Amino acid sequence: MFEKALQGRPKYWLWILFLLGITGAGFLVYLQQLKIGLGITGMSRDVSWGFYISQFTFLVGVAASAVMLVIPYYLHDYKKFSKIVILGEFLAVSAVLMCILFIFVDMGQPMRIFNVLLHPTPNSILFWDSVVLTGYLILNIVIGWTTLEADRKEVPPPQWVKPLIYLSVPWAVSIHTVTAFIYAGLPGRPFWMTAIMAARFLASAFASGPAFLIILALLIRKLTKFDPGKEAIQAIAKIVAYAMYANFFFFLLEVFTALYSNIPGHMASFQYLFAGLDGHGKLVPLMWLSVILAIFALAMLVFPSVRANETTLAITCVAVFISLWIDKGFGLVIGGFVPNPFERVTEYWPTLPETVISVAVWAFGFLVLTMLYKVAVSVREAQGPGESLH
Amino acid sequence: MSMDRREFLKLAGLTCIGIGVGGAQLLVRSRIASSEYAPAAEGLQANRWAMVIDLRKFRTEEDYDKLIKACHYIHNVPSFPDKYHEVKWLWKEDFEHSFPEQKNRYLPEGIEKKPVLLLCNHCSNAPCVRVCPTKATFKLSNGITAQDYHRCIGCRFCMAACPYGARSFNWVDPRPYIKEVNPEFPTRTPGVVEKCNFCVERLSEGLRPACVEASEGKILFGDLRDEGSEVRRYLAENFSMRRKPELGTEPAVFYIIGGGEEHV
Ligand code: SF4
Ligand code: SF4
Repeated sequence: MFEKALQGRPKYWLWILFLLGITGAGFLVYLQQLKIGLGITGMSRDVSWGFYISQFTFLVGVAASAVMLVIPYYLHDYKKFSKIVILGEFLAVSAVLMCILFIFVDMGQPMRIFNVLLHPTPNSILFWDSVVLTGYLILNIVIGWTTLEADRKEVPPPQWVKPLIYLSVPWAVSIHTVTAFIYAGLPGRPFWMTAIMAARFLASAFASGPAFLIILALLIRKLTKFDPGKEAIQAIAKIVAYAMYANFFFFLLEVFTALYSNIPGHMASFQYLFAGLDGHGKLVPLMWLSVILAIFALAMLVFPSVRANETTLAITCVAVFISLWIDKGFGLVIGGFVPNPFERVTEYWPTLPETVISVAVWAFGFLVLTMLYKVAVSVREAQGPGESLH
Repeated sequence: MSMDRREFLKLAGLTCIGIGVGGAQLLVRSRIASSEYAPAAEGLQANRWAMVIDLRKFRTEEDYDKLIKACHYIHNVPSFPDKYHEVKWLWKEDFEHSFPEQKNRYLPEGIEKKPVLLLCNHCSNAPCVRVCPTKATFKLSNGITAQDYHRCIGCRFCMAACPYGARSFNWVDPRPYIKEVNPEFPTRTPGVVEKCNFCVERLSEGLRPACVEASEGKILFGDLRDEGSEVRRYLAENFSMRRKPELGTEPAVFYIIGGGEEHV
């Protein structure tokens, strides 16, 4: 089945080459980072995690969101999702791969990565995160590939995948919960130490991931002969709407607790992110852009007619995605480090090499995504319209 | 290149075996982890090392800088001109920012700006130890939080977890930035975390920590569990403070602030 990824029109190959080029450029810069050290990034003693770990955090959410297609289809027998569940699963695969790469490029001593397995430390959340992420990656590759293979042969998928599919549901929740626990259990970082962190992570994941899926589904319809289905897209749009509202609500809960309690430590990071602190405010414009995009998206999502129109829906989904990317792929991690434990402000901004490496990891993820989607779409195109058999 | 079901089952089988082996390892190893590591049998011994810093006795900048210099020389701590790459084991910070939760505008004059000597607190419930995924930072049974530079993967989880900003990362090669190398102590590679080690290497030789020695009585060092120890007697007689005690980390560094004396 994989050979399908190797057959395509010139445009397909051009796109692949483009992604390979960026990945290659990033790899060269990464070699530089290996030689010099993480000093080529904008991170510091005070802001010791930056863009890499933020991207990782954001992408765990994108990966987890596959479950929003799996639940309706496999648990509630919502037939309209039969042909696109695979898009969610393959998106999860490429997102987890990006997560793993982002952790890898963030490590000071990447050659020692197996120390995490050689000296397993159950009291470290990072240990558990590596366990659940690897598990989730394997689950989605196995499930996605097997069901697609079955579809291609027009037979029902084998019985043994069913339990794996059911397992993948709580597993998806676990990856984002464990990722939230990396932050939420640290004393002395009041911005992160909030019980609602995991819930908020899931809400924002279930908005950003499905929003991205809608954009991808619309693109697929445009570029190939496979139509993911209008109704399926509309159903996902509803999921985005609910999740986005839940996420915004959770965010307001955080703001209330921090501001009404009036505890300086709890207010400080919010002040830094949205108003600036001690004359430092590099992130302020970005954070407000995120808020404005979120409000815009929320306003659009309430109207069924806006969702029904695929052009406005696409615009809304882009707004959702960018807004949540800024919120979680930037503000959340940096905000937790500012101010530092001495209530002093050290600012962070990614450097050029750091940006190139990050973009390259994204490009690699898109490369995997493109090839996997190519396989899925080829199978679907051969199948013609109608529901699949599982 | 098409992968059929059989191949998949094979893959899945291998994965299961992998997880099984890993799981067994995990159970065995985690039991080792829960037992504490014993320090060297020779040299100075204690059940719980602790430090008392009497800030009343620090009068000039030199009183502080001398100790920092001693510590940083002995441990090959590099001095970077770039604040972003800074590595420090022992340093000074004004009272206001060392104890940010003690906001009080009406303190005796000079206290707010008075420098405080800061270092790793060797917490009893150290968050850095809790989060480290490789046990590269770990507790010795005498209370010291130790660091293994050869095991550390440089994930910097411990830096996010330490509520005291006590940890530094080697963002670039530190060696060119060490003014004078002490051959007795290892230099570090890029990509690992480091911090004060309570001079564990000196204790095993029967010597007190470098800063304690250089302080000429301004810093006391001893066994917190021994009622008769100098630190215990001193703590019983003088009002002391610890940084962020509300976090439950149980710091082992105590500060005696004092009041209206002359300040630096
Ligand atoms: S002060 Fe920080 S580095 Fe030192 S033991 Fe406590 S948590 Fe760990
Ligand atoms: S940076 Fe090193 S010491 Fe710190 S948590 Fe990671 S592996 Fe452990």
